[in-house]
Amino acid sequence: MSNPIAANPYSLKWLGHFFGSSVGRKLIMSLTGLFLCLFLLVHMSGNLQLLKGDGGRAFNEYAYFMTHFAPIKIVSYVTYFLILLHAIDGIALALKNRQARPSKYAVNPTGATWASRNMTILGIVILLFLVVHLKNFWFAYKFGTMPMVTYDGKEYKDLYSIVKEAFSQWWYVAFYLISLVALCFHLLHGFQSAFRTLGLEHKKYTPIISIIGWVFSIGVILGFALQPVAMFLGL
Amino acid sequence: MKFTLKVWRQNNAQDAGRFETYSLSDVENDMSFLEMMDVLNQQLIKEKKDPVAFDHDCREGICGMCSMVINGHPHGHVKATTTCQLHMRSFKDGDTIVIEPWRAKAFPVIKDLAVDRSAFDNIIQAGGYVSVNTGSAPDANAVPVPQDLAEKAMDAAECIGCGACVAACKNSSAMLFLSAKVSHLALLPQGKPEHKKRVISMVKAHDEAGFGSCTNTGACEAYCPKGISITNIARLNREYLTAALASEEAV
Ligand code: SF4
Ligand code: FES
Repeated sequence: MSNPIAANPYSLKWLGHFFGSSVGRKLIMSLTGLFLCLFLLVHMSGNLQLLKGDGGRAFNEYAYFMTHFAPIKIVSYVTYFLILLHAIDGIALALKNRQARPSKYAVNPTGATWASRNMTILGIVILLFLVVHLKNFWFAYKFGTMPMVTYDGKEYKDLYSIVKEAFSQWWYVAFYLISLVALCFHLLHGFQSAFRTLGLEHKKYTPIISIIGWVFSIGVILGFALQPVAMFLGL
Repeated sequence: MKFTLKVWRQNNAQDAGRFETYSLSDVENDMSFLEMMDVLNQQLIKEKKDPVAFDHDCREGICGMCSMVINGHPHGHVKATTTCQLHMRSFKDGDTIVIEPWRAKAFPVIKDLAVDRSAFDNIIQAGGYVSVNTGSAPDANAVPVPQDLAEKAMDAAECIGCGACVAACKNSSAMLFLSAKVSHLALLPQGKPEHKKRVISMVKAHDEAGFGSCTNTGACEAYCPKGISITNIARLNREYLTAALASEEAV
């Protein structure tokens, strides 16, 4: 007769135990973080359309495509969800980790990079940025009254003019750039940390991951900074 | 040498605790940090005051009992050194030195600088062993172990369980300790049969003890007196994820 312990499947409780464990929760941070890195790349490539110098046509058509093509709409809802999951789990973990030291040091140990010690605060800056950013562009595009343009007889919402307007204000550009610096530091630690959390540390591949991490963190930030700076300077 | 010491005094885990300032002269520069503390205690006893409680045992850097955060550095500012092996010559005459205990919820203060590290024992009891009798020393070549694995396992086994990694970590996570213990057994053939069960139950014991979770800052590795590498934490994550997700072991 077979041993019941060996043969019976587990109830689904194991999932709760797994995702509740400190490693399981970090897995959530790692995977959502890496997904959001991909999202940044896609978003950045979209923004580059702003620089085409065609009065915003490519950008407006791109915005239309992103909001009307069903598979992309699904991916964007997944993205909203994962941003929230990353933010909420990150803040919850940070609070839990704070509680692990009820009595604070008079002189704090350091021994780690500034970025790695400040991931939560950097994350919160990015989250605040997202709220403002979504309100100005995404919310306006979806629910606000937008100026319209016509290309080849078809009407498009003129998101380009809204972006142009926003990036003509110095404080908006400054806020944008400060948030990008926060994002850069967040990525500098987060990118390689995500791989370590997945257990992917290897004498051959870790140096490659760390180079990609640096190039990615700085490249993405430059890519995003290009449009506000160029549009502000009227280039 | 002369020093001004700001020492954390706390009667027990319930007491809020406070710093007290003492001045100490006649410290020789080849004294260890603990010998300097002995001089302080001698002075306090002569003044009919309560001496400072602190942990120590071997005083040669192998037992892991000594545990002080010195000017914000667990085990002091000298790399890969325990408090007992730290010498006063690495301080400047006239320095003010702030001395605090390991601070973590999972390490409650017993008195002053002595903390209760039973949480580490609980983690070890959850799986930090091999549960077959090893018998007498086997023939050296009966179980082949590749040299690089033997070295990695030995490096991990160097952990003396002092808890400086927890003290240094902004999350009070014991991942470096845990990963050293999991690694040194998982890398060797003798530890292989139980490696899945071991990692799952040791992570569980770690979390239940109230340690925080790792964010890969690397502060632990910077302060570990035995130079345990953070690569062990990646190995622990790998061990845990494969055991929990890819094996039939209960989570
Ligand atoms: S890993 Fe290093 S710091 Fe942590 S307990 Fe072991 S020896 Fe001490
Ligand atoms: S007293 Fe044993 S390691 Fe310091």
